[in-house]
Formats: sequence, structure tokens, C-alpha cells
Amino acid sequence: MSVTGVEGEERNDFTKAESAQIRKRSLRLLGSLLQPVRWQVALAMLVVVVSTAAQVAGPALIAIGIDRGLPALLSQDWVPLVATGVIYLVTGVIGAVLIAWYTVLSARISQAVLIDLRKRVFLHTQKLSLEFHESYTSGRIISRQTSDLDAIRELLDSGINQLVQGVLYMVFIAGALFLVDWTSGLVLFASLVPLFFLTRWFQKRSQTLFRQSRVASARLIVQFVETMTGIRAVKAFRKEKRNEKEFGGLVEDYRDVNAKVIQLFGIFDPGLILIGNVTVAAVLLVGGFRVVDGQLAIGALLAAILYARRFFDPMEEMAMFYNSYQSAAAALEKISGVLEERPSVPDPLKPVDLWEARGDVDFQNVQFAYKTDRVILPHFDLAIPAGQTIALVGSTGAGKSTLAKLISRFYDPSDGRVLLDDIDLRDLHPKDLRRAIVMVTQEAYLFSGSVADNIAIGKPEAGFDEITAAAKAVGAHEFIEALPNGYDTDVNKRGGRVSAGQRQLISFARAFLANPAVLILDEATSSLDIPSERLVQEGLQTLLADRTAVIIAHRLSTVAIADRVLVMEHGIIVEDGTPEALIAGTGRFAQLHAAWRDSLV
Amino acid sequence: MTAIAEHEHPPQSENNASGKRKSTFRTLLRLYPYAKPAMPRIYLGMLAALLAGLVALAIPQVLQWLVDGALSDGDSSEIWPAVLIVLGLGVLEAIMIALRRWFVLTPGTHIEARLRNGLYAQLQDLPVTFHDRWPSGQLLSRAVSDLNLIRRWVSFGLVLLVVNFLTIVIGFVILIAMNWFLGLIFLVCSIPIWIYGYVFEEKYSIIARRSQDQSGDLATAVEESVHGIRVLKAFGRGKYALKNFETQAESLRGTEIEKARAIAGIWLWLLLVPDVAFALCLMAGVWLAAQGQLTVGELVAFFATATVLRFPVESIGFLLSMTFDTRTATDRFFDILDTPNAITDPESPKTLTQPRGRLAFNHVHFRYHDSPERFPDLLDGVDLMLEPGETMALVGLTGSGKSTLTALTTRLYDVTSGSVTIDGIDVRDLTREELRGHLAMAFEDATLFSASVRDNVLLGCPEFAERSPESDAALDEALQIAQAGFVYDLPEGVDTKVGEEGMSLSGGQRQRLALARAVAAKPAVLVLDDPLSALDVDTEALVEAALRKVLSSTTALIVAHRPSTVMLADRVALLENGRVTAVGRHSELLNTNKHYTFVISSLEDEVRRESMRKEETL
Repeated sequence: MSVTGVEGEERNDFTKAESAQIRKRSLRLLGSLLQPVRWQVALAMLVVVVSTAAQVAGPALIAIGIDRGLPALLSQDWVPLVATGVIYLVTGVIGAVLIAWYTVLSARISQAVLIDLRKRVFLHTQKLSLEFHESYTSGRIISRQTSDLDAIRELLDSGINQLVQGVLYMVFIAGALFLVDWTSGLVLFASLVPLFFLTRWFQKRSQTLFRQSRVASARLIVQFVETMTGIRAVKAFRKEKRNEKEFGGLVEDYRDVNAKVIQLFGIFDPGLILIGNVTVAAVLLVGGFRVVDGQLAIGALLAAILYARRFFDPMEEMAMFYNSYQSAAAALEKISGVLEERPSVPDPLKPVDLWEARGDVDFQNVQFAYKTDRVILPHFDLAIPAGQTIALVGSTGAGKSTLAKLISRFYDPSDGRVLLDDIDLRDLHPKDLRRAIVMVTQEAYLFSGSVADNIAIGKPEAGFDEITAAAKAVGAHEFIEALPNGYDTDVNKRGGRVSAGQRQLISFARAFLANPAVLILDEATSSLDIPSERLVQEGLQTLLADRTAVIIAHRLSTVAIADRVLVMEHGIIVEDGTPEALIAGTGRFAQLHAAWRDSLV
Repeated sequence: MTAIAEHEHPPQSENNASGKRKSTFRTLLRLYPYAKPAMPRIYLGMLAALLAGLVALAIPQVLQWLVDGALSDGDSSEIWPAVLIVLGLGVLEAIMIALRRWFVLTPGTHIEARLRNGLYAQLQDLPVTFHDRWPSGQLLSRAVSDLNLIRRWVSFGLVLLVVNFLTIVIGFVILIAMNWFLGLIFLVCSIPIWIYGYVFEEKYSIIARRSQDQSGDLATAVEESVHGIRVLKAFGRGKYALKNFETQAESLRGTEIEKARAIAGIWLWLLLVPDVAFALCLMAGVWLAAQGQLTVGELVAFFATATVLRFPVESIGFLLSMTFDTRTATDRFFDILDTPNAITDPESPKTLTQPRGRLAFNHVHFRYHDSPERFPDLLDGVDLMLEPGETMALVGLTGSGKSTLTALTTRLYDVTSGSVTIDGIDVRDLTREELRGHLAMAFEDATLFSASVRDNVLLGCPEFAERSPESDAALDEALQIAQAGFVYDLPEGVDTKVGEEGMSLSGGQRQRLALARAVAAKPAVLVLDDPLSALDVDTEALVEAALRKVLSSTTALIVAHRPSTVMLADRVALLENGRVTAVGRHSELLNTNKHYTFVISSLEDEVRRESMRKEETL
């Protein structure tokens, strides 16, 4: 089975080769993220090495102060003591200043990496085809960009810092201890054995628990978001009590696994302290006898004890690193999977410009099938001359929307080609393509911002006059004026109150403002009330006069403004002709039309 | 273009809006009721932690005894006892730390769970108007990361903050007792930490809140870019969306770096101060020892004690920042919990045992609380009566308040004045639970939950939670009425998971399932808010035919845009300028009411007339 892209995201039974492939992909991504900041990383490393060394110098300097400074002072020689004190001060200042600098440096690095990754994922998901978005679901795309990025942020913010500082600290302390007294160094070395086993035990146990914790929290989030976005239905169908029970169960699962994680730390942390304290006792024992024998100075013994005690300080935080590393690694695997997805509707390598589109649309031997080989549209040819208005008729699932999406290049055909003014859509400059062809869909999505902002999506450089003109043309002006702040009304704040029909009008105005050569309307009037639809239809008469249009509508009323009707069934165009000719015939359309006429009173 | 503009923040709760910032302590004290049952364990945890600190401070005393005794005398017999005492104290310290962790383990996680369940319950209880204003991303960050932080603070931050502070105080007393001069040097040197700690609070808590809000906004931008992907693609506006996203991401980055600077500032002092103190103490201590005012053992013990104190002193920094973060999180939590709920159950609810389904609107006024004064009420005195079993179509222009009127029946909103009654009882006198049991709704934008088709459809019938022949029959019937037979062809039939986490369905399919859901609830009153808008003509006709059967026995209020939907109704009510201006049969109104004709008699009629004319000429 393939693990390319997002495939296999839900699996956890990878073969060795597959795991290696995924790991390689994550590492490649990580490498490419670190590449631009490599000099900053090098600088940060230098800073942290020097600062840690300065920090670790303390106990050794105390030893020197006691063992050399004191005897010298007794013979009235101030120099060794003052020198040691001054060096101590200087290392202290250097250590503190550099650590502070490192804190800012590492934040800069991690923020640079994060923003780079954020932009990449954002841009890439925008580039990925609609087909991908539909099958991968919006929820998962959003978690890639939010919770997964948070996991990586956590690793960069604290995890890496703790690891780097911790490892350096331990290495330097061990080194200093060997310098001060290598016998004590050996004792410390011996303590690494229980430390190793304790840490390994902790890692093994924590790995499963951390994974369970992530799963539990993901479930919790899904339930939460779904409740909040569907709150109307929740309330209307009295789902609150059941939800509380379900959510309570999820909260309890999450609590339970978290408690287990904390319990694990409850053993690990005291274990570390125990090992540290036993080591201190051992250093004292080994050192004490040698001080009595005169082989070791008292100051050196003190330094050895201080070092032994401080050696274990970073261990607990370093153990946390493994947690953040694990979630970040899992997140990176998923993100790199998304980034690996090739857009099935890629931008052209050598884009062809098209300044003024006429609007000739031509399907040449086009076939469309999903990845799964499910053929939606078998091979067909279709020419739509510039300026023609086409009505697409047929029942749900007949392939009308697919056909429309091929023209607007939301999908690319699996075979054959779709041409605009004799240029393959796949070669057309994306900017020109989007200027020439605009599709308005049933779900009229509004972004947060004002009504004017939302209309301006059609033409960002449009002035306010153009925006109001567009709104007037589609009959949206009146209701917009009636909103509390008119065109400046924030749609998000009143999101619940701009009705579905009003949303459709706004998105119509958007399309009107864009002024494309080819306009595709996919159920774009389904929620309009009749007067609005009438206005829109009247507007369409003029709007569509000099441009190509493809209209999908459930209501046959739309057919009135069409020059040509295509009836689709199971992905095949079964009838093609002028409305009059088809009505006069005995085909599918004639039947539909008759039924529709009877439905009107 | 600022389509994905920086999102305006939801309004703050009352006490924040007044501009008075409560002290950190007062804010955190509000968590006390949630923590109260766990307080004994927390106190025990603090005690254990304090003992651990004292044990750690005792070890240097043993060292002093050893250095001044055995080591200076050259008597090795005292080494073993001293080492054993140090070992014993070391083991004791580990045990105390284990105890501390064991004591605080359960309280922390239970408080978190309690807060989370409380937040969820409150959010479910808050009216729809609240949810209209708050994006789910903002709510989610409160429910997850904020509460995580509070848990960590209660079981870790709070305990250590208290205990480390005590340890520092005790340690200083010991240091001063050993040698007042050295101790004083140490104490004076740490003054900058306390001053900086105070400055840090001010600075950090502001940045922390900004950072939390900005990441919430960024998440909202991401959500919009994904949910609005079709629009962005259709107009080729991906770049603009990216630019907006970048601006927001950049401001978050700026805030994060500012935050790092603040942290770096406190780190600087936290590391610098002990080192300066150590250096000064080293010089002074050795000098004192040379003067004979201090033994070498005391000098050793002094440094060993000061080293033990290093961690508590250093930890104060991150414990403080954690405390301020927690305070922000707590504020955000109570933002939600303090929001008053205007739509609640009555104190002494009435019950309706045998609902007949007479639905009446009496002088109903409604306005959104934030609509400007110059605007009249959206519903400006609606009077309408639905007899039991009657089907009423509600017709009016877009924005005339039809959806709002339907939402009043089930108390998604409450009337501003007037009343909505079922069988003469004000809907506000019933519990919401009961009211919503008598009344089922289908919305235009159909929401499906991540559950099986079956659970989604039978949502309104808790009695069918378990699978049984009766529930299967109810399910099949509802699916049949809504023409949702397509579900049997899904991979796992009615057990197929749908919703955000499951199969994605088309708008029309979702609408049919939502309709099936409303029908399956077999309510006394059925409220359908334009439930057929996304259906194609054929399916719509089939659904209507099947609905007729249901509607013959149920009171129903149907928002209608199409003549075909109106045909389902016994009578039609016309909503105009916030009032019901006409009620009657479709054909009557068509002939007598101009506005009605304008609203409903479609271009379809015109088109039909035209096409008939054409046919005639043919």
C-alpha cells in the first residue's frame, strides 16, 4: 500500500520501509525549514555553549577560592581570592547575558521556522484541488494547520531549548567534575547506569501514554467543535443531555490518561532525585576519606558535591522533551504528507496569457473519473460558442456539477482536454483563467469582514461605487442598506442573521463585479426568494447577453433565459437543443417540462 | 481587499468591559470553588513539598558538621555515619517529592475535568445569539489549552510557588543564622528579582493575552480559508487570502518574540543575581574565614545551602509567568461562565401532557439587541394562530424575519415582547427540554453530527437510542418520507458515519436527512425552515407527496419560497414589514393580495405563460 501524501494517515501498521519513507519525508521537510536559518542556528549554538560553560564554572571557582584563596589570604595575599571573585562575577554576567540573548535568538529561529511552515502549508492547501479538499475533509485540513502546528511550536519553543541546554549542561558539569576530581567523576559515571534504565523505562511507558493522550484530546476537540458549530440543531433536538454524557465520557478518558502520564512522572521525578542524592552521598563517601588522607582539598570536595547535585537538574525537563518531540514528529509526519500531495490541478509550467477572453469553451474527447477509477463522465465532446447561455438539466448525481467544475478548472479531466478560446485550461495563466471564468456555487460562503469586503473579492481593486453598482445590479442593494451599518456591516458578527438567500445575493454581486467572460452558476439561486430571483433573472438577461454562461438550476424557470439546454443522465448528455425544440419533442426534457408546468398553479 | 480581515474580538464579560482589571490573586481565587473538594490533598501536597525542601536544606548542615569535625581532625570514623545521614535524607527527599506528586495528582486532573464539563454545559446552555458572536475557534482554545494550563498550575505551579517561596524564606533565615553578613549580601542581591518580577507581571500578562488572542484569530483565518476554499478558488483569490494570513501570522510572530524578550529579561536577572551573590559571598566568606569568624565547614555549608536555594529562586520566574498565564486563562474561562443566559427554564415550569398542537403568536415583537434604534423591530407585532393539525406556510421576502419567527417557537431566541404559546401555554413557561420534545425543527443549512445516519435521523427520539424493530421501523419511515433512500447504498447503509468526520454528503442529501430527523421526532408541532431548497425538482415533488401524509396529522409551520412548497399548506401567512398582513388559502391570496402575488407568483408563472404562448404560436 502506498504511503505517499496523506494516504495511510489513519494507519498504524506501517512496514519498516514505509515508516522509513515517512520519516525521511519528515526529515526532508525539517531540513528545508532549517536551511534558511542555519547561520542563526550556528550562532545560537555558539552562544548557548559559551553561556553554559560560564554557568557551570561556579562551583569550580568556589573550590579555587576556598582551597587557594583562603591559604593565600592567611599569608596576606589578596590576589588569588580577588581574581577568583572577579572571574566569578564576569562568568556570571556573561552566562546570564548570553542565556538571555539565546532565549531571544532561539525564539527568533523558532518563529522564523514556524512562519515559514505556516505559509507553506497554507499556500499548499490553497493550491490543492477541490477534489483533495472534499475527500480529506475540512476538519483535517484545519487541524494540520492549527493543532499540528501547535505541536511543532511547542517543540521549538521549549522542547529543543530544554534539550540543548540540558545536554550541554550535563556534559559541561561532567567535564568540570572530572577536572576538579576525576574520582568523583567516575562515581558520577557510575550513576549513569541506573539513570539510563530509569529513563528507558520512562520513555517506553510514556510513548504509549502520550499517544493515547493525543488520541483522547483529538476526540474531545471533534465533539466540542461539532457541538458549537451545530448548536441550533443541538438545542432543537435536545441533544444537550446526551452530549454532556458523551463529552463527559471523553473528558474522563482524557483525564484518565493524563492522570497516568502524571503518575509516570510521579515515579520518574523522585527516581531522578533519588539517584542524584545517592550519587551525592557516594561522592561524599569517596571524597571524605581522601580529604582525611589529605589527597583532596575541602573546596574540591564541596565543588564535587555541588556538581553531583546539579548534574541531574535538567533531566526532568529533558524527559518532557521526548513528549513534545513525539507529538511534533507525528504532526510533522502528517504535515509533510499534506505537503507531498501534488495538486491534481497544478499551475502550468509555461503559462499562456489570455488578455481578452472571448469565451469559447470546447470539450475535446473529455473523460472524468475519480482516483478510484469511478467514471463520472464518460468520453464526450461539447462545444459552447462564445456568448451562448447553456442550461444544464438533470437529476442529482447526473454529473452537472462535475461538468461545471471542469470548465472552471476545479477539476482537470482524466482524459481529453477542455479549451478556452482554443487554449487548454491547463496551460492558461491562473490569473487569466480566474479572470475569464468565474463559478458561483450554492454554498455562498462569506468571510469575516464587511459586506463590501465580501463583494470586493470579485475585484479587489474595485471602488465603493463599483461595489454598490454590482449590488444594485443583482438586487442586493436594498437589504444591504437596511443592515445596521450598511455596506460596512460585519457579516461575521451578524453571521447568523444574514439569511441564506442574502448570502447568495452577496455572492452574486461578487461574480457580477468580477465581470468574467464565462460565468458558471451552480444552483446559485436556490435560496433566493422569488422577487429576488426575478430580479436576478432580469439582471442575468443583460449580464449574460455578451458572455458565455452555464447555468445549473433545479427550477426550470432558468431555462427561459437559455439559448440551449443540455439534459444529463448518468454522466451522459442525452439531449441537446434549444428549449423550444426540446419542449416540442418527446424526450426527457419534454416530460420534465410538462411535470413542472403542472406543478405551478 | 480585507475579506479575511482581522477578526474583531467577541465582547468581553461585564467586569472586564468596565476596564477595572481584577488583581491576579482575585481572579485565581475564583477557581477556589472548583478546587475546594481537593484542597486537603493540595495542602498535603504542599506539606510534602515543604518537607522535601527542608530535607534538602538539612543536608548542608551535615556537611558542615562533617567538615568541621572529622575532616579537619583527620578522623575518618565519622565519615560513614555522616554519609549514611546524607543518604537517609536524600531518600527522604525523594519520598517526599513522590508524595507531593501523589497528593496533587487527582485534584489537578479532576479540577480540569470539572471545569471542562462546566464550560461545555454552559456553552450548550447559552443562547444562539451568543454563538452567533463567538467563533468556535475562540471557544475551543478556552476548552482545551486554557484548561490544561489551569490544571498544570493547580497541581504544580501553585504548590511549587507557595512551597518554593517558603523554602526561600527558610533558606534565607538559615543563611543569616549561619552568618548574618553573608546572608545579608545574598538577600540584598535578590531585591532586583522581586522588583523585576513585579514589572514582569505587568508586561507579560498583557503580551500573553495578546498572543492567545492572536493565535485564536490565526486559527479563524485558517478555518475561513478552508471553508471558503471554493470562493477563493473560483475568483483566484488564494494570494489575497495568503497575504492576510501572512499579516496575521507576522503579528503573532512579533508578539511571540516580544514574549521571548520579556522572558529573556527575567531570565537575565534570575541567573545574574545568584551568580553575583555567590561571587560576592565567596570573597566575603573567604575573608571572614581568614579572620577566623567563620569555619571552613560553615563556608562549605553556606555554599551548599545557597546552591539548594538556586532552583527555588530560579523557578520563581517561570512559576510567576505560569501564574499570569493561568490568570489570563481563568479570565477567559470566566468570560464564558459569567455570560448571563437570557433563555433559561422557568422557576416553576408548567407541563403539557397531551399536546394538541395549537401554536399561537400573540403580538410578538422581536429585535436583535444590537440593532440600531432607528430600525423598527424585526417582528413588529405578529399575530398568528395555527389550529391543531393545520399546516401553515410562511411566506415573505428574504430578510423579512421568517426564520427568526420560526426560531422563536423553540426558544432559540426569545420574544422581545408578546408571547408564543402552545395549547395556550407560553413557551417560556415550559422547560426547554419539554418544549423541544413537542416541537421539532428542520433548518435550511442542515447540520449533521459525526455519527451514523441512524443516530442522526433518530436524534429527536431518545426512546429509540437502542436498536429495536420499532426504532428500525421509525427510521425507515422517516427516511422514506424524506426520500433519503440513498443512505441504504452508502458503504455501511444506515450505520455509515456522516458529518465532519465521516462521509461527505451533498447539500441536498444533508437536507433530506435533516428533514427525516424532524419527521422522525413525531412532534406535535413541526417547524420547517425552507427545508427543500437544495433538492432537485423530481426529488422535491416526491418529498412533498410523502410529507402530505405526515402533515395531515401534525401542526406544521413551513417557511416557503416556492409555490410548490406552499401547496403543502392548508393556509398561508404573509409576513410583511414585521407583521402578518394576510392569512388565507394560496389561490385566494393570489387573487386578492398584491404583495403576495409579488412575493410568490413567480417568474415561473410568467415564463409558463410565455412558453404557453410560444407553444400556441407553434
